[in-house]
Amino acid sequence: MLALIPLLPFAGFLVNAGVGRRLPKAVTGGLASAVMVISFLLAVLQVWSLAALPPESRQINQTLFTWITAGDFSLDLALRLDALSAVMILVITGIGSLIHIYSTSYMHEESDEAFARFFSYLNLFCFFMLMLVLGSNVLVMFVGWEGVGLCSYLLIGFYYEKQAAQDAAKKAFVVNRIGDFAFILGALLLVVTFNSLDFTTIALAAKEMPVETAFGTLSLITLLLFIGATGKSAQIPLYTWLPDAMEGPTPVSALIHAATMVTAGVYMIGRNAVLFEHAPITMTIVAVVGAATALMAGTIGLVQNDIKRVLAYSTVSQLGYMFLAMGMGAFGAGIFHLMTHAFFKACLFLGSGAVIHALHGEQDIRKMGGLKKHIPITYWTFVIAAIAISGVPFLSGFFSKDEILFETFLHGSQVLWAVGVLTSLLTATYMFRLVHLTFHGEERFGAAAAHAHGHDDHGAPAHGHAAHDAHGHAHAHGGAHLHDAPAPMAFALIVLAIGSILAGYTNIPHALGGHLALGTWLEPAFQATNCGQPVAVGDLAGIALADCLPGEGANVEDHAALELTLMAVSSLVAFAGIGLATFLWLKRKDIPAQMASQFSGVHKVLLNKYYVDEVYDATIVQPIKVVSQDGLWRGFDVKVVDGAVNGAGYFVSGVSIILRLLQNGSVKTYAAAIFAGAVSILAYYFWR
Amino acid sequence: MSIGHYLVLSGLLFSIGAAGVFLRRNLITLLLSVEIMLNAVNLAFVAFGRQLGTVDGQIITFFVMTVAAAEAAVGLALVIGLFRHRESLNPEAFTSLKW
Repeated sequence: MLALIPLLPFAGFLVNAGVGRRLPKAVTGGLASAVMVISFLLAVLQVWSLAALPPESRQINQTLFTWITAGDFSLDLALRLDALSAVMILVITGIGSLIHIYSTSYMHEESDEAFARFFSYLNLFCFFMLMLVLGSNVLVMFVGWEGVGLCSYLLIGFYYEKQAAQDAAKKAFVVNRIGDFAFILGALLLVVTFNSLDFTTIALAAKEMPVETAFGTLSLITLLLFIGATGKSAQIPLYTWLPDAMEGPTPVSALIHAATMVTAGVYMIGRNAVLFEHAPITMTIVAVVGAATALMAGTIGLVQNDIKRVLAYSTVSQLGYMFLAMGMGAFGAGIFHLMTHAFFKACLFLGSGAVIHALHGEQDIRKMGGLKKHIPITYWTFVIAAIAISGVPFLSGFFSKDEILFETFLHGSQVLWAVGVLTSLLTATYMFRLVHLTFHGEERFGAAAAHAHGHDDHGAPAHGHAAHDAHGHAHAHGGAHLHDAPAPMAFALIVLAIGSILAGYTNIPHALGGHLALGTWLEPAFQATNCGQPVAVGDLAGIALADCLPGEGANVEDHAALELTLMAVSSLVAFAGIGLATFLWLKRKDIPAQMASQFSGVHKVLLNKYYVDEVYDATIVQPIKVVSQDGLWRGFDVKVVDGAVNGAGYFVSGVSIILRLLQNGSVKTYAAAIFAGAVSILAYYFWR
Repeated sequence: MSIGHYLVLSGLLFSIGAAGVFLRRNLITLLLSVEIMLNAVNLAFVAFGRQLGTVDGQIITFFVMTVAAAEAAVGLALVIGLFRHRESLNPEAFTSLKW
């Protein structure tokens, strides 16, 4: 039953990849969406039966088969549904379904072959993502982890005729490999340390180990795993692939690069919460990296002019928030933000897709404006999601962001809290800059939308404006004809917008009279509990029993006043950011230009994304190229390897010039040689 | 008569055969010399068989004689072919099969 949830999308993948090109679009798209919807319904049923269990033993396990047996080490291909993966599968299948439905309309102008290919990749991605979150041990997770990376590569490079898309796909893949390498090392170290890869076994064993105040094995393992997470979840220093990944079709950006895959790193830390809690050094690193990424990406997002790139940097920034929460030990808050972010960011991306769709491929927000009255559904859903992400009270982003900031203030440092608040201000500002430039003000599209491939003057020549989907530029007429999102797209947008409002109400804080329902629900998943599950390691059985007793609830009531104050601060910040954006980009449009010229240095640095790509190119890519070409290729391969092979040949032919003179054709010489040989062998045995 | 006498005779015959192979310059004589060497070995086998009281030595001798007959037939055929080719029986005339 549990296995059906990932296997249904896999079946959809097989059909669409096999015979999809010969089927009409209605069938391929319909099938791909149907398997996702059924998968979602199954997930709901499974979570329903999970919720019926008592909180301490909320686990549904399904072992498919024994995968690896080597000595006393054995590994099952097993799935496990618990409170944490329940949230994840609902997000993946739920938002995944909506994005599939949206795509049936968005990708409709592709050829049958490309359409089927797109949906087969999308289904394959959902399969791997579900395996990632449902896997009960690190290796199953890793299979999913690599699989989603592969699908990400395939989908970023979906328009493979385009050089920029190919480059972006390769970049995403290679940068992810760096992180994955660290992840593999971490997994191997887990095997060495615990002789197991099962999450529960590891958590139970780690629980018995002392908290590492100095850098030790657990710190190393968690650090390696976290490096893997920085690759997958686009954190400093491996975040550079995500903005380029916007070369993929917009639904892909929404599904993979906003709602699901990039949150895999956050999920992974939540899954190994006990392990990370025993490595406070790593936790600090996680929190600092998260906060730094949030701030840095926020500042870059402030000046970008490509609608999808602004959203991409916003995603990096919000992921930074999640890592900040994880690093603070506020795992529930991190997963909560993951969930709310999935709603509003998917909504924003799909909204941007609808805008691009309406403008026949235009992605430059300087060539938009005034779209509000032309595409009202897109406008209203986009604004709702933008309000939600900005942290305006009583929408989902407000609850999740405040939860993180509150926990940061409570457990961590005021510095990180201040960084979080500043990022919050930036988030509100760049989001409403986007809203104003896209939907408000005067109409700047006109003729520009007619020839869709726009100009490229935003300072990043390598991947500039050819960056949008090669979508719908068959229409040659001007901006006069704008159509709002068709029914499937509008449906997805509206559902996600409603989700952006309501998702926060799953976790109302105590200060507002709620019970942190989601946090309470998730809590057992972050503990090492093993109730009703026989443990392979015998001496841990006692611990497992002790865990089955109900734990004491979180006691944050006494901090209600503090929490309310922090909420007021961040609400003010959100309004300030929105007001600032309105003032700068709607009322006094001369000021941003003035500021850009006055602080042209800063502006240029931000526009060029702190030159991180260039720095990486100069310090890592070029040296590797030089070493590979001049050292390894022309030096080692040509000289040493080829030299050894050719040298052996030359040596043999040189020696044989002399030796072949022995073959002189004379029978008597041969007979003499045979005789001499026989005599010397006899002599050897005789006098030995 | 001890086994030693037979072996000495066998060794002498073998040496004569070997010397013939190396010293004579006629292919037919060469074949004859090879036959002498084979028969020297046959003698040794029979002598050892007698010494040990088994028939193994005699059996091997029969095999050797059979093979030697076949070998002589093939060898003489080759010699005739070679002679037709070069009008000579000197082995040194047939050295074109080399590097």
